[in-house]
Amino acid sequence: MNPGQFETIIIETDLLILGGGMAACGAAFEAAHWAKQHNLKVTVVDKAAMERSGAVAMGLSAINLYLGLKNGKNTIEDYVKYVKNDLMGITRGDLVANIARHVDSSVHLFEKWGLPIWKDEEGNYVNEGRWQIMIHGESYKNIVSEAAKNALKELGDNGKYYERIFITEPIMDGDRCVGAAGFSVRENKFYIFKAKAVLDVMGGAVHIFRPRSVGEGLGRSWYPPFNSGASAYFTLKAGAEMTCQEVRFVPVRFKDSYGPVGAWFLLFKAKATNAKGEDYMVTRAAELEKWAPYGTAKPTPANLRNYLMMQEVEEGNGPIYMRTDEAIKEVVANIPDEKQAKRKLKELESEAWEDFLDMTISQALNWAAHNIMPEETPSEIAACEPYFISSHSGASGAWISGPEDLAKGDKFWGYANMSTVKGLFAAGDASGASSHKFSSGSFTEGRIAAKSALAFCVDFPDPVSFDETKIEVLKNRILQPLLTFETHKEFANDVDVNPNFIKPKMFMFRLQKIMDEYAGGASVGFKTSKALLEKGLEFLQYMKEDSEKLAASDLNELMRCWENVHRMWQAESHIRTILFREETRWPGYYFRTDYPEMKDEWECFANCKWNPETGEWEMKRREIEEF
Amino acid sequence: MPSFVIKDKCDGCKAQDRTACQYICPNDLMVLDKEKNKAYNRAVDMCWECYSCVKICPTQAIEIRGYADFMPLGATVQPMRSTDSIMWAVRFRNQQIKRFKFPIRTTPEGSIQPDAGFSSASGDLKDPHLRTEPDSLGTELYRK
Repeated sequence: MNPGQFETIIIETDLLILGGGMAACGAAFEAAHWAKQHNLKVTVVDKAAMERSGAVAMGLSAINLYLGLKNGKNTIEDYVKYVKNDLMGITRGDLVANIARHVDSSVHLFEKWGLPIWKDEEGNYVNEGRWQIMIHGESYKNIVSEAAKNALKELGDNGKYYERIFITEPIMDGDRCVGAAGFSVRENKFYIFKAKAVLDVMGGAVHIFRPRSVGEGLGRSWYPPFNSGASAYFTLKAGAEMTCQEVRFVPVRFKDSYGPVGAWFLLFKAKATNAKGEDYMVTRAAELEKWAPYGTAKPTPANLRNYLMMQEVEEGNGPIYMRTDEAIKEVVANIPDEKQAKRKLKELESEAWEDFLDMTISQALNWAAHNIMPEETPSEIAACEPYFISSHSGASGAWISGPEDLAKGDKFWGYANMSTVKGLFAAGDASGASSHKFSSGSFTEGRIAAKSALAFCVDFPDPVSFDETKIEVLKNRILQPLLTFETHKEFANDVDVNPNFIKPKMFMFRLQKIMDEYAGGASVGFKTSKALLEKGLEFLQYMKEDSEKLAASDLNELMRCWENVHRMWQAESHIRTILFREETRWPGYYFRTDYPEMKDEWECFANCKWNPETGEWEMKRREIEEF
Repeated sequence: MPSFVIKDKCDGCKAQDRTACQYICPNDLMVLDKEKNKAYNRAVDMCWECYSCVKICPTQAIEIRGYADFMPLGATVQPMRSTDSIMWAVRFRNQQIKRFKFPIRTTPEGSIQPDAGFSSASGDLKDPHLRTEPDSLGTELYRK
């Protein structure tokens, strides 16, 4: 395949929404309403098909963010406090509060659209934990995407949805983002989208670090393997400031298939223990004092719960078990009537299996393959490999403006959710320092960002322009891997082994090996140091050079090439920021052996920026405002 | 595996311009072998086991064989998805079978009205109220 054989298609719009997951759906739903009032165009571009696109593709068994404000259950301040403590103090209260004050509205919409939410006898939502509600969520994404598509239809010709187009590059006009470039993964078409405002909602990043399973199970990552760092790459390449690029997330999940543990801990009140049956949260409680005030507050931050478990593993006290059997026995033992107890057991069994079948079917298969009955047999849990996801207990993403009425100091610059680049907005996993938004909060943040981006479109109504000669340059660069393969493929007997190029799969494995061994991956117990990180950076520079020689035999492989370039940029920003922050603050995410303690002087955001003009990285600290 | 295709059952979605599995796979793994007229998973080690292809296949030709690098053989988990519920058959390695049925949707497919009966926000683009607020919040919007 030759770049010359690709038709170039140019599409002009007002608001360009990049992505198809929960945040993109929220953005499309919200944008349609306001765009109609102002006669503006909205275009959504998705690498997959919206009904199963993004991290909620498989479904979910709970909505992890619902405040219940109308019943006076919680306050915004309570929620901000909870999130800030979980992230060891490093959180933008203005952003978290902005999502929290709107999120109930989104959940009420989901219910009306048809999402079955569990109800108690009085008709109230069933809480899993304080902020979490239980759902029958197999079709969660189907429902939300239908609402988003129907909302776009309200715009008639002004609302467009493009599926199976992979976006890989921002288009700039000086210091303003005015569009995006990409290609179809189904036909030989190169796309240029020109827009007055661009909303980056392309998800988090997986497969940066070497996964625990490297055979067939490579794809069984906790977060989906198709979320490959497109968001971070896009904002970085546009020259936007990024925040919390060091705050990876290491989830503890049921071992190997990565089934969710939330329902077991929160709903069924199960305990996790070492092989001897000791509850390490009790036996190792003294360790938490070292990480005060966060370690001693309740609930214990996710990374510290991980850390205590990792200490058990390191001392050889594994396997670590979720005591599902004990938890179920305890619930049933409290019911004196035998018939009722039996009915309850049946109910719990169904709930336990649904938890997996709704969102991690592979874990149900894993239980069945090992003949595990949760009411009889405890199951192993383990720390996964690191991920980049700001919607859960990680925080990496673009540094964005808060809303005018909640943001203080330098945290507001004109438009909520706008990055430091004019016209470029971010939400969901693409925006940083606003953790714990989960599915409902990501959808909600997409709504906030889309409305704000439309305000920008109205304030800057002139058609955007950019140097048209750039189009050919971009096209050739993006399609280069096809040409590289075409040029050299006949040289060697094996299409994958050729000194003239590297295929994306081996490129990914090389990145994962560097990150795992030098940047504190699972195989080294999540430990790293300045010397190791600098070595890792050195190897990443070779990768950057070799990325020019990525080769693709077809459109699918071309997408894989760019996914892995995106991963490489996410990786570099991660290493540089861990290196910059000379302390250990999230010991259960990563541990700096050369700076093993948390320091007051690092009670701040660690931000980074790649300068498109000089190609240099700039690191800076930013203050945390009290909310 | 990851998903695999039972050759006898797959008809390549012959009546349509693309196969259902190809349409739905979020990782773009399912493709049609045009000569054999059968779909296949082109990169089983990039499969998330999300079951989107299994659920959508009109001839029930796609199943999942658990990742062989950590799952013993012999178990299956097979769904049957309708418009309002999903039935699961879980077969254990020891051949025990458990069946579950869960609701998935309370409204007819295709019926969603975006505003869902909530009244529209009255403010302008700079006002913090979103599309259906405050009605869909059920309370006043939090302000500082």
